[in-house]
Amino acid sequence: MTWGVLQFPGSCDERDALNACQIAGGGGPDQARLVWHEETDLSGLDGIVVPGGFSYGDYLRAGAIARFSPAMTAVADFAAAGGPVLGICNGFQVLCESGLLPGALLTNERTRFICRQGDLVVGEADSPFLTGLEADQTISIPFKHQSGRFFAPPELLDRIESNNQVAFRYAPGHNPNGSVNDIAGVTNEAGNVLGLMPHPEHAVEAFSGSTDGLAIFQGPALTATGGAA
Amino acid sequence: MSEPSPHREGFGVKSAHRALGLTDHEFELICEKMGREPNGVELAMFSLLWSEHCAYKHSKKLLGKLPTEGPRVVMGPGENAGAVDIGNGYSIAFKVESHNHPSAVEPFQGAATGVGGILRDVIALGARPIALLDSLRFGEPDTERTHYLVDGVVRGIGHYGNSMGIPTVGGEIYFEPPYEQNPLVNAMCVGIARTDEMVRAAAAGTGNKVVLFGSLTGRDGIGGASVLASAELDEGDDAKRPTVQIGDPFEEAKLLECCQELLAGDLLVSLQDLGAAGLTSSAGEMASAGNTGIDIDVGLVPLREADMEPFEIMVSESQERMLAVVEPSKVDQVLALCTKWQTASAVIGEVTDSGTFRILKNGETVGEIEIDDLVDGCPLYDLEPEEPTDWTYQNRVSIESDAGPSDIALALLASPSVASKRWAFEQYDSIVGSRTVHRAGVADASVLDIPESNRAIAVAIDGNGRRVACDPFQGTIEATLECAANLAVVGAEPLGVTNCLNFGNPEKPGVAWQLGRAIDGLAEACRALEAPVVGGNVSLYNETPQGPIYPTPVVGMVGELPDPAKVAGENWREGDSIALVGPFDPSLAGSELEKQLGQLGKGLPVREITPVKQAIELVREAVRSGGIRTATDVSDGGVTTALAELAIASGTGCETNLAPVLARRECSDEDALFGEGPGGFILAGEKSELEKLGGQGVDFELIGEVTGNEIITNAGSLKVEVLVEEAEAAFDSLEDRIESDQAGLTH
Repeated sequence: MTWGVLQFPGSCDERDALNACQIAGGGGPDQARLVWHEETDLSGLDGIVVPGGFSYGDYLRAGAIARFSPAMTAVADFAAAGGPVLGICNGFQVLCESGLLPGALLTNERTRFICRQGDLVVGEADSPFLTGLEADQTISIPFKHQSGRFFAPPELLDRIESNNQVAFRYAPGHNPNGSVNDIAGVTNEAGNVLGLMPHPEHAVEAFSGSTDGLAIFQGPALTATGGAA
Repeated sequence: MSEPSPHREGFGVKSAHRALGLTDHEFELICEKMGREPNGVELAMFSLLWSEHCAYKHSKKLLGKLPTEGPRVVMGPGENAGAVDIGNGYSIAFKVESHNHPSAVEPFQGAATGVGGILRDVIALGARPIALLDSLRFGEPDTERTHYLVDGVVRGIGHYGNSMGIPTVGGEIYFEPPYEQNPLVNAMCVGIARTDEMVRAAAAGTGNKVVLFGSLTGRDGIGGASVLASAELDEGDDAKRPTVQIGDPFEEAKLLECCQELLAGDLLVSLQDLGAAGLTSSAGEMASAGNTGIDIDVGLVPLREADMEPFEIMVSESQERMLAVVEPSKVDQVLALCTKWQTASAVIGEVTDSGTFRILKNGETVGEIEIDDLVDGCPLYDLEPEEPTDWTYQNRVSIESDAGPSDIALALLASPSVASKRWAFEQYDSIVGSRTVHRAGVADASVLDIPESNRAIAVAIDGNGRRVACDPFQGTIEATLECAANLAVVGAEPLGVTNCLNFGNPEKPGVAWQLGRAIDGLAEACRALEAPVVGGNVSLYNETPQGPIYPTPVVGMVGELPDPAKVAGENWREGDSIALVGPFDPSLAGSELEKQLGQLGKGLPVREITPVKQAIELVREAVRSGGIRTATDVSDGGVTTALAELAIASGTGCETNLAPVLARRECSDEDALFGEGPGGFILAGEKSELEKLGGQGVDFELIGEVTGNEIITNAGSLKVEVLVEEAEAAFDSLEDRIESDQAGLTH
C-alpha cells in the first residue's frame, strides 16, 4: 500500500503522517510520499492523507484556501473512485470545506488552542479505516487544535447519525471543544473518506505513550486483503 | 505621543542622536571615525548597532569569562546560535533569547515574534527547529495587568509555535512582584542539522549576490532594538506599541521549508536572519564576520509601503525575513525555490572587498560606513559595581507565621511559582514532529527522540530570580546546577549551555554588581560541569520607575541520553521505596516559604559544587540503568513539595520521615520540610534497586515508602499530613486565579 501525504504551504504534521504510514506498512520509505499541493497526478497511490497543520496560515478560515489547490481536485476524483482518504485535524477541515465530508469545524468553545491526550470511542461507521477497530472500543489518541468543534445543523446531524457516519466520539469527559454529539470524526456516506480532529499519526510509537493510532493507518490495507481485526 | 518621533524628523539637528539613544560621547566618536557628521541614514544605522541590544556594550567584557570550548562544540558564541555534536554526522543547534520589552508593551505580538526570532536564529544555521521552550516571569497573579500579560504571552507563544509546527516541549513560569511592570519572555529553540550542511553567517566571495527573501519590508518595528530593548520602561510606553513587530508564522513556516531546500541544494554561501536592527545588523554582521564589504540598494528591497525612506528600509524590523549570500550562477535557482514556497525574494546587493557598508538608492550612494566602525566600533564600557548593603526588594506576607506544617505544604503547592502550569502548557502543541518522549510538565526535563543519531536529547531551562537576588553568584550556580539536575533525572549528560541574562540598568552600581557576580557564577558552574556556553543573549534595562527586576539569568541546557525508553517517569507505585540522594542541605534562605513569610533577605548559604556534581552523576547513571521508577530534583518548596508533586502525578500518597536528614545536617525541622538548596534528589523504586546507590560517596538515605492516599512527612516534631486530593486541588488552583477575569479584559 502506497500512501500520498498532501503538503500545502503551512502544513505541519505531514512528516508525522509519512512516518505513521511507513510504520503501519512495516517500515520502508517506499510506502509513502509527499504530494505537493500543485500536483494533480495521484496514480500509483493507494491512499491519501490530508495532514494536520495550518495550511495557508488558517487565514480566512481553517482549510478554506487549501480546498482550492490542484491536488485537492485530484483528491476529490480519487475519493469519488472509492480511494481511501484520511483527513487529520487541518485535513479534516480541508475535507469539510471541500464538501467531501459533512459538517464544519468551529472555534473551540473555550477559544483557546488545546493539546492533550484523550480517549476516543470507535463509532459504528463502515469505513476501511476502522477495519482494525471494534465499535465501542476506546482508544487513546492526542488532540491539538483551536478550531475543532464539530458542528452540523440538526437535519444534517440526523442524517450523519442515522447513516452511521460517526467514526469516533470523544469518550465521556474528554470532549475538549464542545463538538456536537461529542463527534471527533466522521466519514462520507460511502465510508472511504474519514476526517477526525485527533491525531492518530501521533500515536504510532511506544515512546509517545500510545500506539492506538496505528490501526487507523493499517485499516485500508487490511480491507484490501480482505482481512479483519 | 507627546514628543516628536525621532524617526520622522530631527535628522540634521544636533540632538537627534540622543533621541535615538546615543550619548554625546558616542556621537562624537562616530564623527571622529567618519571624519564628518553622519547623515540621517548613517546615524540611524549607528544608533541601532551601537545600542546595548546589538553591541552588548555593558556586558561584552564580562561575557569573556564564560567557558566556550569543549570537544562537542561545533559552533560557539558569535554565530546565530550555538551547536554541539550529537553523533552520526548530526548537530544540535540551540539558543535562548529575550523579548521582554516588546512583550511588556504588547504581550501577544511581543511573545509571538520572540518565538519567531529565536526560530530564525536556528533556521539560519541550516538547522530544522525541533523544539521550543520558554522561560516566563510575571508579577503576582492577583492583578489585572498580570492576567493581561499572561494571557497574551501564552497565546502569542502558542500562536507562533503551533502554527509553525514546532513543538513547545517545556519551560517554566515564575510569578514575583518585581516583574509586574517588566515581564520576562525568554524563548529557547533547539534544532537539528547535518553538521556538514550547516552554514555560517559570514559573507564571502567578492561579486557574490546578496538575496533578501521572506516577508515584505514595512515600517513595523522601526527602532525596536534601540527604543525598546535598550532603555528602561516607563509610564508612556503604550505609545511605543508601533515599534513592536507583528508576527506572521505562516510566512515563517514557508521560510523554514524554503531554507531547508536551499541548503539541501547547496545553493547558499551563507545565511543570516533579520532580527533586531533589520538589514543593518544582518548585512553589517555578515560583512564583518567575513572581512568583506557589502553594497545594499534599498531601491531593490521588496516593500510593503512604497514610500519608505532609505533609513526606514535599513532599520525596519519586519519579521520573517532572511538574507543569503549566493554565487551569481545559482541566483536563478534560489529565486525559483523562493517562488515555489510563495515567498518574496530579490537580489538587493553584492559582496565587495571594500570593507565598507554602502547604501544605495537606485544606484546612487545615500550612506557609506566602514564595517569595522559600525559593527566593532562601539565603545565597551566597564561597569562600576557596588554591592548593595541591604535587601533592596520588597517583602510581602502571604502566609501567617503561625501556620501549621500541613497548611504551609498546601500554601506552597498553591503558590503561583510552584503550582501546576498545565493550563499554559496545554495551549502549546508539544508533540508535532514525532520526537517528544516527555511532554511539557511531565518530567523535569523534556526528552526528544533523535533517531538520526540513535539516541535522545534532553532539554531544560531554569532560573530562579529570587534566589539570584539573594546572592547573584550562588543563585546563578544553583540555576545551572538545577538544569543539570533536571537532565540527570531523565538520564542525560550536559553537552552545552545557552543563557539569557535578564538584568536591570547596568549603569546603576547595584545592578552592575548583580550582573558581574552572576556571570562569575555561571562561568564557575559551567566549568565544573564541563558544559561549555555556546551562545546566549543579554537583556538589560529591565526596570521601571518601581525599580529593577530580580536579576534573572536563565540557563538553557541540552544533554544527551542513550535510550529514551529508560527515562524515568513521574509515576511511582504503591510499595515503592523513597530515597533522598545528594548533599542537599536545606535552608529557608531565599526559599518559596521565606518569600511567603515576607522574610526575604540578602544572602544564600554557600554550597560546594563538586558534591552536587557527584550526586548528579550518580542519579544519571541510576536512571540510565533503568532501575529507577521515578526521579526528581528537590527545588522550589523543598522536599515536601517534591514529594507532593510525585504523589499528585501518580494519585498515590507516601509516608516519609526526614530524621536521617536531621541527623546528618544542622538544619531545623522546618528547614528539612520546606528548605531549599542545590543537590537534592528524590528517587523512588524497588528498595533493592535504590540501595545500590548507597556507599558510593554520595549522601543517601531511605526516607519512606509510597503508600495510601495521604502525603505524610515527618521531621522531628513537625508533621505534614494532607490528602493527595487536597494537594492536587491546591496544585491545580492557579488556572482559576489567572483566568478569573479573562472575559472582562478590555486591553
